[in-house]
Amino acid sequence: MTEPTPTNDPGLVPPAEDGSITTFAARLALKQRSGGFLVPLATVLLAFLMGGVAIVATQHGSIGTRIHNALRAYNQIFDGAGLNWIAHPTTSIADIAAYNLSQTLLQTTTLILTGLAVAFAFRCGMFNIGGQGQYLVGLIVANWLGVDFAGMATLPHILIAVGGATVAGAAWAGIAGLLKATVGAHEVISTIMLNWIALWVATWIFGDGGPLQNSLNPADPVSNPVAHSAQLPTFWGPQGFQGVDIGLFIAIGALVVFWVLLNRTTVGYEVKAVGFNPDAAAYGGINVKKNLIRAMAISGGFAGLAGAVDMLGYLYKYGSLDVGVSQVGFLGIAVALLGRNTAGGTLFGAFFFGALLYGTNHGLQVIQHPVVSAEAGGDFTYIIQGLVVLFVGADLLILYFWNSRKKLRPRARGKPVQAPEAAA
Amino acid sequence: MNTWTTRLDNPLSVRLRDASVTGYAGLGLGVFAAFLAIPPIEARAVVWPILAGILGASLGVWTVTRGRRRLGWGAVAAGVIGIGLGILATRSSAGNLSSVFDATLFAQTLSFATPLIFGAIGGMFSERSGVVNIGLEGMMVMGAFWGVYGADKGNSWALGLVVAMGAGGLIALVYAFFAIQLRSDQIVGGTGVNFLAVGITGYFFVTLYHNNPIPNGVPLLPNVHIAGLGHFLEGSIGDLNILTWAGLALVVVSYVVMFKTPIGLRIRACGEHPRAADTVGINVYAIRYGCVVLSGVLAATGGIYLSEGPQGNGSFLFDMPQGVGFIALAALIFGNWRPAGAFAAALLFGFSTAIGLRLQVYSASYATLFNALPFILTLIAVAGVIGRTVAPAADGKPYAKQ
Repeated sequence: MTEPTPTNDPGLVPPAEDGSITTFAARLALKQRSGGFLVPLATVLLAFLMGGVAIVATQHGSIGTRIHNALRAYNQIFDGAGLNWIAHPTTSIADIAAYNLSQTLLQTTTLILTGLAVAFAFRCGMFNIGGQGQYLVGLIVANWLGVDFAGMATLPHILIAVGGATVAGAAWAGIAGLLKATVGAHEVISTIMLNWIALWVATWIFGDGGPLQNSLNPADPVSNPVAHSAQLPTFWGPQGFQGVDIGLFIAIGALVVFWVLLNRTTVGYEVKAVGFNPDAAAYGGINVKKNLIRAMAISGGFAGLAGAVDMLGYLYKYGSLDVGVSQVGFLGIAVALLGRNTAGGTLFGAFFFGALLYGTNHGLQVIQHPVVSAEAGGDFTYIIQGLVVLFVGADLLILYFWNSRKKLRPRARGKPVQAPEAAA
Repeated sequence: MNTWTTRLDNPLSVRLRDASVTGYAGLGLGVFAAFLAIPPIEARAVVWPILAGILGASLGVWTVTRGRRRLGWGAVAAGVIGIGLGILATRSSAGNLSSVFDATLFAQTLSFATPLIFGAIGGMFSERSGVVNIGLEGMMVMGAFWGVYGADKGNSWALGLVVAMGAGGLIALVYAFFAIQLRSDQIVGGTGVNFLAVGITGYFFVTLYHNNPIPNGVPLLPNVHIAGLGHFLEGSIGDLNILTWAGLALVVVSYVVMFKTPIGLRIRACGEHPRAADTVGINVYAIRYGCVVLSGVLAATGGIYLSEGPQGNGSFLFDMPQGVGFIALAALIFGNWRPAGAFAAALLFGFSTAIGLRLQVYSASYATLFNALPFILTLIAVAGVIGRTVAPAADGKPYAKQ
């Protein structure tokens, strides 16, 4: 009985009768095996190449000047994100590159967590587009607990606010999980609706006459700042002025939790089993419905935690008008897809999009004569984000590139190995 | 022998006790509770809506115990919501009430339903051919921006409409290439299209208009004036936008095309069993490409209504549809992938948007919150009040030629 069966290989999923692969988790597993680190890199390069078309189209002058300007724009985004810090490393925040890098790290912190939120649901075969809503709910609860429990000791206050926001995010996503498990409502539609509901609730709650509006100036639709006892301590840069706070370590801790949960616990095993093939999981005695709800709740918990870390780490207060501008929850989708829903990949994806987000939005404001205006920068991030999501979702494109790479150097690989047993 | 028991078994009373009858009656009573205080009836006492609502909810509970759980819970929800709205209505002043419910409510419902109709019918073509279209929102935002741009530069609303359709068709073509040719995951691909479209329109809006509002005087989509219909009809349908009428016509046309013509049969065959369609000589890829591009054209038509219609007034805002594309998708699902069903669902969501807007007269601070009403209703609707809907069998499954 040496014939290998498909189930022996954890990465190999039996294809459906017509050759297509059934669940999304299974599709991603296929991609995971092909291309390694190169495919995400190629995806990003391709996205920048296509995104450059938009810059070239809106520039003036000869085609050479336009392309030159597009390259200059990328260079400015690179500098705006503080990535030129690597040329002159310094810990002094007065240095502009160091400051920009510290801000990129703040964005990375958030995106690690919103990325994990999307990635965890993907591993259970669900697409959580609701990261933005869960993040907003986390922001609201963290602000409420951070303001109202003023006067507590620091550690319990932080723990209460962080815990409350995480639970709130989990509950918000849990609604979508519950609806999927009980009535079969598709999680994509329900999480999108929950996003909009959260958006309007947040706009109302921080806005004029809202319950969390600040008590000092009734004309200002902004919340009160969280109490000092609930603020996360910073370790790089000034406290209270967007210094890098310990939220970065919380996010890295969450990465570890994500990895351990998925790879070393029964919960993770069940979640992945349901993601690969719900029918087989049910046949194997796994409660599919319970796992759908649980995976969605854990996923929302990560996004809620992102809201807490932002609110207690450096935002402290939030305005009604900020609600619609925020896009970190949506960027989590691109982060997770680019990182292939793994812990390590999410870290890199978060840093990439954190740099892009800060570099295009704020970094361009301090640069002389930017090619792309800082106002258009945020939209440019959307373009790159959309292209990355499109490209990562395309199995064939990736497989085509990967296979053609193999075809380019058939000799280098030698003859195909006949039997793996022979090598062992 | 007993006349009392035999009467219970006669056909009419048996039918009346049937779970679906009680369920729908409960739903009706719940809705009725909400409307008790509105002009035609004008019951001013709080007790009436409460009574009707409780009756509706208890009929719902009865229905749940008889097995039709979903319908029953729907009736319960309708009863409870009916009580709430009824109390709200009786407590408020008569002046507020008449400003919430009048003839223009009908016109406004149709107005808010228009982009939903275009989006949902567009989505129907795409999904009936077997391609899920999450990207409707993105195609709408393309129509909203490039429509204003075309109308501004060409100084004609018709040109704007053509440009909007072209832009929507173009981004749909990109999506079609990924979804059909590259067999990409359609949910992920559609999400990518949404981000891409928001980015493209935002980027060009900022760059071309320097983030200023688009100048005044852009020619708008005209309204169709119909005179001599009497007070109520003229208030409701006498001044509808040209695209609203086009949308109503689209419902009929799309029904005929989809269910009464050979091309419609081919589209449905591709969505139900592409291999079988391929076997009998239908070009599955061509049909799917055509349907996805058509869905983009229609969604963009819905999009230009947002910016160039009576609500948009010729100005574009970042991420303009604000979820309308997703509600259209929900209307399609709720309407069971059929034109008439999608139309009914679009009317329901249009009505809830119009009501949400009008309820804002009650409280300034809660006004923002009423914007969430259509999304809450969509969530409830998709969670399934009335039975499970059935998607085309091959919806969302990429087809590989052999």
